This record gives sequence, structure tokens and C-alpha cells, in this order.
Amino acid sequence: MIDVVYFAWVRERIGLPRERVETRAATVADLVAELSAREERYAAAFADISALRVALDQELSEFDAPLAGVREVAFFPPMTGG
Amino acid sequence: MRIAVQSAPFDAAAEIAGFGAGTNAGALVTFTGLVRDDSGRMQALELEHYPGMTERAIAKIAEEAMTRWSLADCLVIHRFGRLTVGEPIMMVATAARHRAAAFEAAEFLMDYLKSRAPFWKKEISPDGTCWVAAKASDEDALTRW
Repeated sequence: MIDVVYFAWVRERIGLPRERVETRAATVADLVAELSAREERYAAAFADISALRVALDQELSEFDAPLAGVREVAFFPPMTGG
Repeated sequence: MRIAVQSAPFDAAAEIAGFGAGTNAGALVTFTGLVRDDSGRMQALELEHYPGMTERAIAKIAEEAMTRWSLADCLVIHRFGRLTVGEPIMMVATAARHRAAAFEAAEFLMDYLKSRAPFWKKEISPDGTCWVAAKASDEDALTRW
């Protein structure tokens, strides 16, 4: 089980802020493929991953990163702080 | 070094009272960012953030600034939640022996907070709501560091 969290328009498009996901995905990209296959709202949110960023256990990461040992995956658009 | 991520307003003048005191710093730089209305129709700005990661990401950026410019002290305050036009949204303060280091470190902090601190801005106007898109120029600004 892994916690998956969504922010900003990704959260709005998927329709929830957080969920627990049963997965055997080896990498972030594998998890994205699994989620996208679930329902249209996921496929829409993940249609262009170049427009998204990912954090693993609250550290910015990459889509080819392994998920072994990771507890929380977050998907969000490029950040707009400051 | 102090990091605060909060929804409450802050008073920039009060925040820097005593900042850098007793450190023999010769320069103190502060920057305050205000909510700006580019469209002329904005009613509010809503800032979403990633609790936990936000504090960690800002601390990492501030620690790098402390080391790289040998800062005597460093302060970052960033708000989240619903803000109105003209309200202070964030501030940074740096204290260093000399002004070049204090100015540069403040600019470094600002550049990194823009695209490496997990905040997302949404503009609210009578026409609806709109997520603010990240600018390529903000990402490019990181290359100079």
C-alpha cells in the first residue's frame, strides 16, 4: 500500500486530495500507467506528465524513480511559490 | 535561521526587529512579496501548499543560502490560504557581514522559493478561478546559481 496525494489542478481533475493505493508498480511511471488505466479522470490528469512534477516522501523526484520503500507519492503541477 | 509557513498575516517590520542582532552582521536585506493583480479583476489569491514538504523544502533552500553566503541569519515567512490584493504573501531576510552576500542570498532564496517550494496559486475573479501557470523564466532563473 502506498499513499498517493494530489495538489492543485491535479487534485481537482482527479477529484480527491489523497488515497491509499494497492500497487506493485516498480517505478513512478508504472504507477502513473496503473492509475491512468483506472478511469478517464486519471488518464486526463496524467495525459501529459511533462506538465507534472512528482515528490517521493516529500522530496522532489523523477518519473523513472523506483518506488521501493516509498510511503507517499505526490503529483502536482510545477510550483508557483514566492 | 527561522522558517514559518502560516495562513496568518505577518508584520514585516515587527519580524525583523532584532533580526541579526549580536551576530556582527554589517548588512541586512529584506524582501516582501505582495499579492499583485495583473488582470485588474482579481478578487483574491488562493495559495495551496503541501504541508510537511513545504517546510522541508524551504529549510533546505535556506540552509544552502546560510552555507553558501556564510549568512549570520536568515528568515523566510510564506503564507498560504486566501489572500487579497496588496496583502503581504511572503518575506525573506538575510543578514551577512557585507551587502553583496546579503543581497545575493536574498535573490537566491526568492528564485528557489518560486519554483522549488510546493505552493500553487489560484486567482479568483468574477469570471471564475484560474491556476497560475509556472513561468519558464522562473525555472531559467535557477541556472544562474
